[in-house]
Amino acid sequence: MSVETRAAITIDPGARQAEHKTKSTTSDKVVGGVSHVMLVIWAIIVILPLVWTIIGSFKTTKEIFKSPFGLPANWNFDNYVTAWVGNNFGRMFLNTIIVVGFSLFLVMLLGAMCAYVLARFSVPGSRVIYYLMLAGLTFPVFLAIVPLFGILQKIGLLGTLPGLILTYVAYALPFTVFFLYSFFKSLPYEIQEAAYMDGASEWRTFFQVMLPMAKPGLAAIAIMNFLGLWNQFLLPIALNPNQDNYVLSQGMAAFASSAGYSLDFGAMFAAVMITIIPVLLIYIFFQRQLQGSVSQGTSK
Amino acid sequence: MSNSTVSGGSALQTAAVVTARSGRRKPPRAGLPRKMTLDYMSFLAVFLVLPVAIFLIFVIWPFIQAVYFSLTNWTGFSPQMGFVGLDNFVRLFQDGAFMQAMGNNILLAIVVPLITIIIALVFASLITVGGPSHGQVRGLKASSFYRVVSFFPYVIPAIVIAILWNMIYAPSGLLNGILGLFGIDNNQFAWLGDQRTAMPASIFVMVWGMVGFYMVLFIAAIKGIPAETLEAARIDGAGRFRTVTSIMLPQIRDNVQTAYIYLGIAALDAFVYMAGLNSTGGPGNSTLVMSQYLFRTAFEKGQFGLASAMGVVLAVLTLVFAGLVMGVFRLTGGKDEGGRS
Repeated sequence: MSVETRAAITIDPGARQAEHKTKSTTSDKVVGGVSHVMLVIWAIIVILPLVWTIIGSFKTTKEIFKSPFGLPANWNFDNYVTAWVGNNFGRMFLNTIIVVGFSLFLVMLLGAMCAYVLARFSVPGSRVIYYLMLAGLTFPVFLAIVPLFGILQKIGLLGTLPGLILTYVAYALPFTVFFLYSFFKSLPYEIQEAAYMDGASEWRTFFQVMLPMAKPGLAAIAIMNFLGLWNQFLLPIALNPNQDNYVLSQGMAAFASSAGYSLDFGAMFAAVMITIIPVLLIYIFFQRQLQGSVSQGTSK
Repeated sequence: MSNSTVSGGSALQTAAVVTARSGRRKPPRAGLPRKMTLDYMSFLAVFLVLPVAIFLIFVIWPFIQAVYFSLTNWTGFSPQMGFVGLDNFVRLFQDGAFMQAMGNNILLAIVVPLITIIIALVFASLITVGGPSHGQVRGLKASSFYRVVSFFPYVIPAIVIAILWNMIYAPSGLLNGILGLFGIDNNQFAWLGDQRTAMPASIFVMVWGMVGFYMVLFIAAIKGIPAETLEAARIDGAGRFRTVTSIMLPQIRDNVQTAYIYLGIAALDAFVYMAGLNSTGGPGNSTLVMSQYLFRTAFEKGQFGLASAMGVVLAVLTLVFAGLVMGVFRLTGGKDEGGRS
C-alpha cells in the first residue's frame, strides 16, 4: 500500500474536523452529548485527586484536616523543603535518577542487540532463548524474589545501586526484546544485505544502518521502560534495605507507613509531587512524540 | 498490509515503499546464514551472550531455585535447608489466610480486567468513531484532550497512586468531603476500614490507574484498521454502534486478548496497590493478596521455603490464567483473516 493511500485513510480525530461541514443530525447530537458527559466525568475523576494533591502540598497538616477543599493560608514551599531535606527525598531523588538512568541505557542497548540477533540471524538455540524470554515475561517476579535476594547477597551487591541496576536491567529485558523483536523483524532485509554488500561489518551494520532505522520503536520502548523503571517498587523494597540507597518509590512507602498517626501530611503531599513531577515532564514530552509518530505515518 | 502503518516514522516509510514496490511483504526469513568470521563471533558474543547471560543469572536461575526452595524448610538465616517434599504446599492449602488471599487474587483477576477493558473500549470507540454519522468516520471533538488526561494515571508510580487514594478514602479525605458537598454525611466513614467497601474501593483504584493506558492501546489498534473497511460499513448503512460491534471489535480481538492477559497478570500481583492502600491486608484480610502474604512470610518471618512455595502457586495460577484466556478467545471466535500481524 502506498504512502498516498494511507494519507486518505487517516481517522485522526480533531485534525480533520474542519472538512466536511455538514449539519449534524439529532442522533449525532445526542450521541455526542452523552459521550462528552461520560468522558468529562472520567476526566474529572482523573484530574481531581491530582489538583487536590497539588493544593495539599502547600497546606499545613492542620489545614488539611480542617477541610479537604480549603486553600492554604499562605502559599510557600515549606512542605517541599521538609520533604526534600528533612525526610531525605533529595537523596532518594538522586539515587532514583542514577539507577533509572543507567538501567535505561543498558537495557535499551542490550535489548536492541539481543532482539536484533534473535530476529534476523539463525543462531542455534535462539528459539530456546525466545521461549525463556517469554517465560521471564509471564512468570511473576514474586517467584524469583527470594532466590534473587540470596544471589545478590552472594555476589555482594545486595542493597547497592549497581545491584539494583543489574536486576532492573534483567527484568526489563524480556519486554524490551519482545517489542523490538517484532520491530526488527519488520525491517526490510534488502537494506541489511546492501550494507554487507558495501563491506560493512556486523557491528557497523547494526549501529549505523539497522539501529537508526529502528528509531521509532526504540523511542516508544524507551519511554515505556523509563516509566516502568521509575515506578519500580517490588525490586527495591525487597533488595535494597539500605536507607542511604533508597529510591523514591520505596521511600514514599516507608514514609507513608513509618510516621503512622503523627504523619506530616503536608510533607507527604509534597513528597508525592516530587515523585510525580519527573514523570509528568516526561509525559508531556512523550505526548508530543506519540502524536508525532502517529501523525507522521498518516499525514505525508 | 504491513503493520508499519501504526507506528509510522521515516524509516518505516522507506520500508513501506520497499514493500509496496515488491508487492506483498515477503514472509519473514528464518535468518541470514553467516560465516564464522571474527567479526561475526565477536558480534554474537556481545550482542547475544552478554544480555542472555544477565537474563539467565538474574531471572531464570532464581525461578529455578525458587521451585527447589519451595520443597525445603529453608529459613534464609541458616545455611541448612531440609528437604520436606510437598509439605509447604499442604501447609498453604490448610492456611485459611492464604486461601483467602488466593480467593481475593482470583476475584481481582476476573473483575479488574473486565471493568478496565469495558471502560477502555467504550472510551476508545467514542474517541475514534463517536463523531458525526455522515462524511468520514471520525471521533468526537476534543478527543485528544480526553486521551491525554486519561493516560495520565498510567505514568504515576503505582505506589503513589495507592498512597494518594489511601488519603482520598481516609475518614477526613477527599471522597467524604465531596459526598458532604452533596449533603451526604456518612460520619467520617473509613472506606478502606470496612470489610464491605475495602475491596471494591481497591478495585476502583486499580481500574483508575490502568484504564488510560489500555484506552490509548485500543485507539492505536482501531486506527490500524483500514479506513476503507469503516467507510464501506458506513456506506452499507451501519450506524456507529453497529460499526463498533461488527467491524471494530472483531478486528482488534488480538489486542483485547493481550490486554486481558496483561491486566490479569497485574491483578494477580496487585502487590503495589494493596501495599499502599491497606498494608496489613485490610479489615478481616478482605484485601490481602498472595504477594503481600508472600512478602511478609519471606522478609518478616524469614520462612523462605514457605514463601517460595507461595511463589510457585502464584506462578501456576498466572500460567493457568493466561492459558484460560487464550483458550476462551480461541473458542469464541476463529482467527480473523485480516492479515494483520
